[in-house]
Amino acid sequence: MTGYAADVVALARKDLLLELRSRDTLPAMLLFVVSALTVFHFALPAEASTRAETGLLWIAIVFTALLGLTRAFAPEREDGLLDGLVLAPCDRSAIWFGKTIGVVAFLALAEVVALPAFALFFHPLSWELVAAVALADVGIASIGTLLAAIAAASRARELLLPLLFLPLAIPVVIGGVGASVAEDPASFLGFLALYDAVFAILSWASFEYVVTE
Amino acid sequence: MITAHKLSKRFGDKRVLEGLELEVPRGGFVLVTGPNGSGKTTLLRLCAGLAAPTSGELDVDVERGRVGFLAHEPLVYRELTALENLDLYGRLYRIPERRERCGAMLERFGLWSARNERAGTFSRGMLQRLALCRTFLHEPDLLLLDEPFDGLDEAGAELLHQELVQRSGATSLVATHDPEALAAGATARLALA
Repeated sequence: MTGYAADVVALARKDLLLELRSRDTLPAMLLFVVSALTVFHFALPAEASTRAETGLLWIAIVFTALLGLTRAFAPEREDGLLDGLVLAPCDRSAIWFGKTIGVVAFLALAEVVALPAFALFFHPLSWELVAAVALADVGIASIGTLLAAIAAASRARELLLPLLFLPLAIPVVIGGVGASVAEDPASFLGFLALYDAVFAILSWASFEYVVTE
Repeated sequence: MITAHKLSKRFGDKRVLEGLELEVPRGGFVLVTGPNGSGKTTLLRLCAGLAAPTSGELDVDVERGRVGFLAHEPLVYRELTALENLDLYGRLYRIPERRERCGAMLERFGLWSARNERAGTFSRGMLQRLALCRTFLHEPDLLLLDEPFDGLDEAGAELLHQELVQRSGATSLVATHDPEALAAGATARLALA
């Protein structure tokens, strides 16, 4: 493997290796999502609608993703490592791409635990829900990684990232809940796919301007 | 190689560099001196393309990826081993025979025996040696070194001297508080106030 793909793989592999060794992010994401679903289970009345239950799953997913995104650029921020990556002759969007793959992996691993927990507490999983979650992961990670890079350069990063990310995550929740409960899930899944495409292209194209002064 | 005309850099109201004139020919070796806060690091970051001037002109005639930048921070991942760090940079810089080159650099700077140890467990001096390995790994045409002797013991300083002598063809800008250590090889000095 050479060129752009090799750069992306090397950068994604680095992020996965860092997490495997430091275990900073994934355990926190797992603990949060399971705790949130447990709280929702006891907070919701027994006769709660499927829409309400699914909505709470999506809220748990979005906030779990936010937790992961807060840590996405932590090693680079703490040791000024973005300078080292930016000076390399690789395309700077490869840094975003590699980081996005890492975020998708962490989110998917959190959902491997969260979705069975949801099925246990609320109702069985449907293929539409699983497909919507998979599509949403790509969109959340794409735009979230770009916003995490913007926030990492700011002093008020803990405040800035949720302020930027949560409004942009609203369409994901609408699409995700719609795909899970609507009679015609295809249109909502199509909406999520469109969201992924738009924000992935936007983030890929604009990342260079975020990491250079 | 490097030409600056009326180069200025401000951070908010703070003026760091003002109207700097600089000309460094290819192969030149310039020592940059000055008190803390005089703009030495800022000048190196401007030359590396990591910051943009507030005003003035700066022309650095070097291909992207041909700059060796030694910063205050070692720019290595603390959870990765010394070898993994160099291997990552080697991949990104597309160095041919990467593994051999990484091994050779670690051996040259006395880190071969610590190659499989995580950078986070290194002492300050070992981190500086690893940072030097990273800086010289891709045989850069332009060297921007910020306090390269920081944390190095005598043996480390000697290794750095030897490396700089070997790379005398590269254009170098070295910010230092100890200019005498490199005075012999320098072609010019720039004193910032």
